[in-house]
This record gives sequence, C-alpha cells and structure tokens, in this order.
Amino acid sequence: MIRKHLNLTTVSTALAAAILLGGCYRGKPSSKPPLHVVPNMDAQPKYKAQDKADFFQNGSAMRVPPKHTIPRGYLRADTIYFTGKKANGEWVEKNPEKITMDLLQRGRERYTIYCAVCHDDAGYGKGMITKRSPDLMPVSYHTNVLRQQADGYLFDIITNGSLSKLMGPYKHQVGVRDRWAIVAYVRALQRSQHAAAKDVPLDKN
Amino acid sequence: MVFGGIGTVALAWYYGSPRFIEVGYRPEQPVPYSHKLHVGELGLDCRYCHVSVELSHEANIPPTQTCMNCHAAIKPNSEKLQLVRDSFENNTPIAWVRVHKLPDYAYFNHSVHIKAGVGCASCHGNVGEMDTVEVKAPLSMGWCLECHRDPQQHIRPKSEITNMTWEPPPNQAELVKDVMDTLNPPQDCFACHR
Repeated sequence: MIRKHLNLTTVSTALAAAILLGGCYRGKPSSKPPLHVVPNMDAQPKYKAQDKADFFQNGSAMRVPPKHTIPRGYLRADTIYFTGKKANGEWVEKNPEKITMDLLQRGRERYTIYCAVCHDDAGYGKGMITKRSPDLMPVSYHTNVLRQQADGYLFDIITNGSLSKLMGPYKHQVGVRDRWAIVAYVRALQRSQHAAAKDVPLDKN
Repeated sequence: MVFGGIGTVALAWYYGSPRFIEVGYRPEQPVPYSHKLHVGELGLDCRYCHVSVELSHEANIPPTQTCMNCHAAIKPNSEKLQLVRDSFENNTPIAWVRVHKLPDYAYFNHSVHIKAGVGCASCHGNVGEMDTVEVKAPLSMGWCLECHRDPQQHIRPKSEITNMTWEPPPNQAELVKDVMDTLNPPQDCFACHR
C-alpha cells in the first residue's frame, strides 16, 4: 500500500521500537532528573527545609536567630538541665532526669544509634570505627576515674565533645533529654561491668 | 488508526507513569558518599545522620559536623573528602543533590510514619546496598494510597524501623492486630494536600 504521508500507526510503532530497543525500561537508573512533561505546581516558588536561597547572602533558606536574641521557648534558664553545671560552675553530680526503666530503655536505644559506633555496646571503647583508624581510641567507661565522674561532666562531653577533640560535639544530633538518658544508660553499663555478687537479683542467682 | 491511537495512549501510560519517570533517578552527588559502606558494612543507623526523621516532617541531610565526627581522624587526607573538609573549615554547606522529591503541593510528614511503624526501607528501598542513593519507589499518590488503604503488611515493630532487610513474618496479621486498631491512615485529600 502506498502511503502518501506518515500516519499515527507508523509513527507510534517506530517510536515504540526506538524506545524499547534503546533500553528505556522501568527503573533503569539514570542520573538525569525526572522529566515532568506537565509541570503543574510541582515546583512552587517557596522555600522548603534545607533549600538553597539566592535571596540571602549565605545562600541558606533556613535562617539562624539574630545574635543576642532568644526565640520563644528557648530561654533554657535551667542551666543544670541544659548544661550539666550548677550555679557555682561545678558539674551536677546526679542526673536531673528521674531514672525510670523507660529512660534507661530510651538511653540504650539512643546509645546504640549514636555511641556504640565508637564506644561499642558494652562501653569498652572498641567500637567498629576504631578498627578504621589508629587515632580513634575512645576511653573505656569502666575505669575508676569515669565511674566517679559527675553525671554533668558526662553530659557535657556528649554535648560539646571531648577535651581532646577526638569526639565531636553531639548536641546537633542528640536532644537534651536524650543526652541525660544516655548518661543514665552509661551509668548502668558501668554498673554492669563493676558489679559484686550481691548485686545480682535474688531470682537470678 | 484506532490501533495507532491506542498504541500512543499505551506508550504514554507506561512511560508517563511515576513508576517509569521517578524510579531509577540516581543523581551524582558532590561527595561520593556511599550508604553501602557506611550503613551496609559499618552498620551506622539511619538516625545517626538523619536525626530529624523521628521529630519532623523532614528527614534532614546531616550537617558537616556529623561527617567530621569520624572523618577528622578517619581518612583525614582523602581526596574524596576534600569538599567535606572545605565545608567544615569555611562554614559553608555541601551542595547535596536532592533525590526523593515530592511535588510541592503534597505535604509529607516523616515523623508520623515512623511513629506508625513504617520502616525506612519500605519507601526508600534497601539503602544499605546503594553506593549512590537511587529512587526505588514511585512515591506517587496511587502508590501511597496502596499502603494507606491496607497498611497491614508494611507495619513493623519500632525496633525494626531502620532494619533494611526486615520482611513481615507469616503471622503478621496477628502481630499487628492491636496496632491496626489505633492506626488510621488518612485517605482524604486534606491529609496531604494541605
């Protein structure tokens, strides 16, 4: 049959052949961004979290409160709770959070996420990361020095990092209550490795 | 001619669907960060970096400090980490390329899903096996509704949320019965198109 002009059938068949032979199948990885033929309102002129913003000099859409201001709810007047230090500058000895099983479970969960990487699950400092670098040598928690340290000191280490700077500040990753939970859990870990026979509960003897 | 019309529609249906367009997007990142190494081999939990996933709608990309927690001492002179060190020293962000993107009119909240018991891998696939993060699910409305209408097989215990290889056990229906009573995944428009 002589065709006078290309019709839809021919075009679509040719297209299908080209595509299928060219390897365009579902899920084939590609580094090109998805093509939205009908853009609708997919990309709206608004800033979302962590967006780039050319409007601001530093290019960040998320802004930091101006210096010498405090946003509502961020007064943090309770310095013992938020810094681990008493008014006279000494470390607070006891965890200001009430120690409950819930708190310890939370502490264990958070410890496993954030701390066990370096400090290992039992607190001896033989975490997986230490095998990747000879410089990373976390202290073991199970020394007399650390057993006698104040809770506030541990809290501060988590918040601001260690004095040697080998451990970075974790305040960006762990919330304040979670830090106290981790401190409580570390104390439980210390107790577990330094217990006497009389500490074992009667039903487990 | 009708055949050609049907063919065109069929092609558009297949190639125009989110399963084709969205799945497989694997952009190149400025720093060749490998989840396969950090999560798969080293065993980092998702929440070590993506801290806000349990707290907010957004699962954040971590600040450079998080990288430097380890990389100040591990491979401190590696070429691949030059951008990370530059970012840390100059206090400028690393320009990560966003992989999973919903249209701006759909408002998704991560923390609600974590609380309900949806695992990370349910939507993001096994990230622990990805050298470069890739989109594994279409993230289309139809795909979301599939689970919203029948979440039973996708709900897991809280301790398994970040487990990349969890599969629902055979007695899943029984296990989640209590949770299902409290779960009420919305199916109305306002839930996401707020």
